[in-house]
Amino acid sequence: MTDVITAPQATERGTAVEFRALRRTYGSAHALDGLDLALKPGELLALLGPSGCGKTTALRLLAGFDTPTSGQVLIGGKDVTGIPASKRDTGMVFQAYSLFPTMTAAENVAFGLRMRRVGAAERARRAAELLEVVGLGDRGGSYPHEMSGGQQQRVALARALAVSPSVLLLDEPLSALDARVRVQLRDEIRRVQLAEGITTLFVTHDQAEALAVADRVAVLNKGRLEQVDTPQEVYTRPATEFVAEFVGVTNHVPVEDGRIRPGADTRQVRPEGLTVGDPDGLSGTVLTSTFLGAVTRLVVTTEVGELIVDVTSRPDLPAAGEPTTVTLAP
Amino acid sequence: MTALLEAPAAPPERVRSTRSWAAALGLLPFLGYMLVFLGGPLFFVISGAFSDPDGRPTAANVLASITEPQYRAAFLSSLVLSAVTAVIGAVFGTFLAQAVLIGRPDSPLRRIVATASGVLAYFGGVPLAFAFIAALGQTGLATVFLRGIGIDLYAGGFRIDSLTGLGLTYVYFQVPLMVILITPALEGLLPQWREAAENLGASAWTYWRHVAFPVLAPALGGATLVLFGNAFAAYATALALTSGSIPLLPTAIASALSGNVLANQQNVGLALGFDMVVVIAVVMVGYLFLQRRAARWSSR
Amino acid sequence: MRRRRWRVVVLTIAAIYFLVPLLSAAEFSLRVPGGGYGLGNYLAIAHDDVLLTSLLTSLQIAVLTAVVVLVLVVPTAVWVRLRFPSVAGLLESATILPIVVPPVVMAAGIAFVQANLGGPVFRTLFASSTTALTPFYVVLALPFAYRAVDNGLAAIPLRTLVEAARNLGAGLPSALVRVVLPAIRTAVLGAAFLTLALVLGEIVIARILLYTDTFPIAVVEVGRSAAGVSVALSLASLLFTWVLLLAVSFAGGGRTRSRRTSA
Repeated sequence: MTDVITAPQATERGTAVEFRALRRTYGSAHALDGLDLALKPGELLALLGPSGCGKTTALRLLAGFDTPTSGQVLIGGKDVTGIPASKRDTGMVFQAYSLFPTMTAAENVAFGLRMRRVGAAERARRAAELLEVVGLGDRGGSYPHEMSGGQQQRVALARALAVSPSVLLLDEPLSALDARVRVQLRDEIRRVQLAEGITTLFVTHDQAEALAVADRVAVLNKGRLEQVDTPQEVYTRPATEFVAEFVGVTNHVPVEDGRIRPGADTRQVRPEGLTVGDPDGLSGTVLTSTFLGAVTRLVVTTEVGELIVDVTSRPDLPAAGEPTTVTLAP
Repeated sequence: MTALLEAPAAPPERVRSTRSWAAALGLLPFLGYMLVFLGGPLFFVISGAFSDPDGRPTAANVLASITEPQYRAAFLSSLVLSAVTAVIGAVFGTFLAQAVLIGRPDSPLRRIVATASGVLAYFGGVPLAFAFIAALGQTGLATVFLRGIGIDLYAGGFRIDSLTGLGLTYVYFQVPLMVILITPALEGLLPQWREAAENLGASAWTYWRHVAFPVLAPALGGATLVLFGNAFAAYATALALTSGSIPLLPTAIASALSGNVLANQQNVGLALGFDMVVVIAVVMVGYLFLQRRAARWSSR
Repeated sequence: MRRRRWRVVVLTIAAIYFLVPLLSAAEFSLRVPGGGYGLGNYLAIAHDDVLLTSLLTSLQIAVLTAVVVLVLVVPTAVWVRLRFPSVAGLLESATILPIVVPPVVMAAGIAFVQANLGGPVFRTLFASSTTALTPFYVVLALPFAYRAVDNGLAAIPLRTLVEAARNLGAGLPSALVRVVLPAIRTAVLGAAFLTLALVLGEIVIARILLYTDTFPIAVVEVGRSAAGVSVALSLASLLFTWVLLLAVSFAGGGRTRSRRTSA
């Protein structure tokens, strides 16, 4: 359970960003309780956890909007703990409404360069280039209120990238968008991140989002790190009970010799690890059946409790109230 | 069943066509009241300004009101006093409002300043004049205290019944009014704008210069114009503080109206009132112009 | 931590600038003839019939004004937010007018009517200070009252409240009175007390129209013979309205806090 892979392996290859024993308390509440975490150059690390777990605190400490109670923040091996936000060379994308309303999209993107006293012509060139990168090459003259939420977040991404920061910080950048745009922009962010090869910290409470885009996922709970690993490992081999519960839906199923056997030791099994209809299976009754498109989710009451089963949608599935059987998927 | 389904869908087309009519009707009591009890007096001021005492139309009153030296002096000092106290009140009021907003939303300081602003914005006239005389008059507490530590205001040429003294007193109701007017706009500055600016390398100063100020500009301009109008309209304070020794438009109007000089002075008084309304109208057009400019980037 | 020295400087200057004149006036009002300090000036009102009567007159005007103001402002502000948001800007500009139209100009126009027009309507209007001044004090009170009420409305989910009430069978008027009004009661009280502050301070219109029986005018008149009494009464009425507003503010704050924790 405590077999969690953390920083050491990363340190050998050099780290882009490192949190060392980072602690932040508000009064008696621990927002972060000793965080050790390192990002490798060019990787996208998703910091995942429920609200209030400390993930946003970690991001704000890295950006310099907050000061740690103890511990250090390093960027490119350099301790930046005492350096103000404006000198940290990070690029941040906020949840929403962070574009300056009096400036056009292009002026927003050029803002960081203006602060660095880059000439007007070069600013305009770079802004146009980045708007092109995020697919808004023709919207440079628009004001934020004339753009959709998704477009605004693209501009915010371009603005954060314009100064070629050493780290990109994403603070739940998709949470204010509707579902379809969210998936689109999620993939867009990943594409741009890979193209620019920029080290990225992506804070989110949405496990699907984290699993979809990240090179590695760090799961945070109550200010402590639960697990850091690739999405596949986190999903298939959760290090702790919390990770198993938080990342995806989990059944607790008594298993012996590859079969469900009441009274045996329980194992965690994902919904897609179970199936219905095998005559040798554990019998039960379908409580609810929810059509989710390609798959259908069944909740089946059995003698070992309620089991959640995801099966490929097909016409002959049992309906709610009908008897069925549950087995481990082959 | 069908009725239930149709109910929400059917009316919209009809509602839309009647909506603007009905909606405008809802505003009628308010606007009607303003028209009668604000527009009415203004109408009589304007019609009186262009009439002679027998009711025949003439432009002589208005001409007299802008050409005669004593009225021109009143005009000038009124304009200067209003402009200067509006700018001072706007600048200091904005700083004060921001200083208060930095605190927690429900802090006692915030409540005290918000409520005191409401009361002090209406504080004027004799009581205000007296408070300043008690503080900064020849034998006022502050004057005496300052003399005690070696600063002699009156030896330096200060007088509470001078234009400077009057300006100092006007600021007393200008600042609270500014706090009331500008606080909503300051509250509208989103924290992530400041953080985004900082993140992109802006200092506190560059954030205010490039981000916050452009956002606030229409509200600041509008509020400053309102302050100008507020000072321009003030009358009782000036009269109480200077007993009319400084010529101002409102005092000139009041003395013309009281009619103790000449009979046809009444209409000149109304003509002066008309002049004030014209100045106010220019101010209001400026205010609307600023609002319009903001519309370019604001979503409203 | 950000350095916020400017904040301390601004607050200090404000405290000095706003408190020194008030404290100086207070010191003056506490002086007793023959030296020393006492409350004599503050107690003078009790045995001065003119002041007492004028106070009652002004309170009567204040209550009437507040009622008319609220009847005009609350439905209009609700209406604009619910049905006619496009005119919000226009209405805000309209409510600015009474701040910038000089009361002395208003008074000039009214005085003209008073002197030159007859008829039963005007005779009734100008019969007493209450009937003559209230309509115009309403105009003067509108700007701040509208702002206060509109801010109150901005803080509640107005549309949802009204729709829920109507869904449960309430007509628009009763939705307004039973649901919206209680929800914005602190804003409404604030508007009412601002109106009180206005009425207890207004002398320009009253003096030009020659209605000398209101409290502020009586206070000024008293000042001619007894300056201390005049200052004492002015300060007392200022403090009185401020304490009322502060009490409303804290009452409202307590309510929002408890709502937040229970949610």
